[in-house]
Amino acid sequence: MNMRTPLKNARRLGSAKEGADHFWKQRVTAVANLILVVLVMWLVLSMAGSDHATVKTWFANPLVGIVFALLGISGAIHMRLGMQVIIEDYVHGEGVKVVSLMLNTFFAIFVGAAILFAVAKLSFGA
Amino acid sequence: MAEAKTLRGGRAERPLSPHLQVYKPIINMVMSILHRITGAALYFGSALLAWWLVAAAAGPDYFAFVNGIMGSLIGRLILFGFTWALFLHALGGIRHFIWDTGKGYELSTVDRMCWTSLIASIVLTLLVWLLSGQFAATFAQAPLNYISAVG
Ligand code: HEM
Repeated sequence: MNMRTPLKNARRLGSAKEGADHFWKQRVTAVANLILVVLVMWLVLSMAGSDHATVKTWFANPLVGIVFALLGISGAIHMRLGMQVIIEDYVHGEGVKVVSLMLNTFFAIFVGAAILFAVAKLSFGA
Repeated sequence: MAEAKTLRGGRAERPLSPHLQVYKPIINMVMSILHRITGAALYFGSALLAWWLVAAAAGPDYFAFVNGIMGSLIGRLILFGFTWALFLHALGGIRHFIWDTGKGYELSTVDRMCWTSLIASIVLTLLVWLLSGQFAATFAQAPLNYISAVG
């Protein structure tokens, strides 16, 4: 028996008011990560141990910067969503939980921003 | 009415369901937990990638400094663990993609997928480090470094 109103079903948002949004973003970024991690791992291994000048020449190719930047974005979203679930599972005090969730957001954005900034600087040649 | 005050915030004590430690660890449960642990490890490990890129953006001196730390024995051991966590988590992700399609829930299939991803993660990690020449540098030299440090 379905006790929901038709509008409720149409919105598909359920009790958490966000429907399958969290799940779906986690999956989309997971697929993106899978592709990007393979590329970035290959790039990092190619650059590992090289000096600064050599690394700069790698970033002269726009595709290199784009791949790193995309992983920075996708990775930050994915890890924020993932850690959010971990916090919600284990942190029960309301205050600590709110603070942890906030710190989680800050950390993810900070890492993402740092990657984007560094990639921009390397790619635009400074 | 009988007083039901207990340690648990005044609510009546309810029987608790058996917790983790009463179960014999089996592969699907171990891999499920490892997916979460590696996710958390990668969460903090992502700062290493950011640090390396920021160092490269900062200039030759700071880049050489950070490369020195990451290339040290401890640095390489951490990166080795990072590589393994990444492979294990990525393969765990593929397991989840398969389950998301509604397939692969037979217990024998679950076990097979879990063992396959565990073994594959180890093989891929070793391959990456062997092929990049870093494995020998890290693990063959570790005892040598230790001996020369002691003697
Ligand atoms: C390499 C490609 C990756 C794939 C295919 C992938 C896949 C997934 C999937 C499917 C989940 C959800 C699991 C569930 O619903 O229970 C997940 C969770 C998670 N992922 Fe990833 N991921 C990848 C990379 C990363 C990276 C790079 C990070 C961190 C920087 C990360 C951090 C996390 C965290 C913290 C969780 C939460 C774990 C949990 O709830 O138990 N993942 N990942």
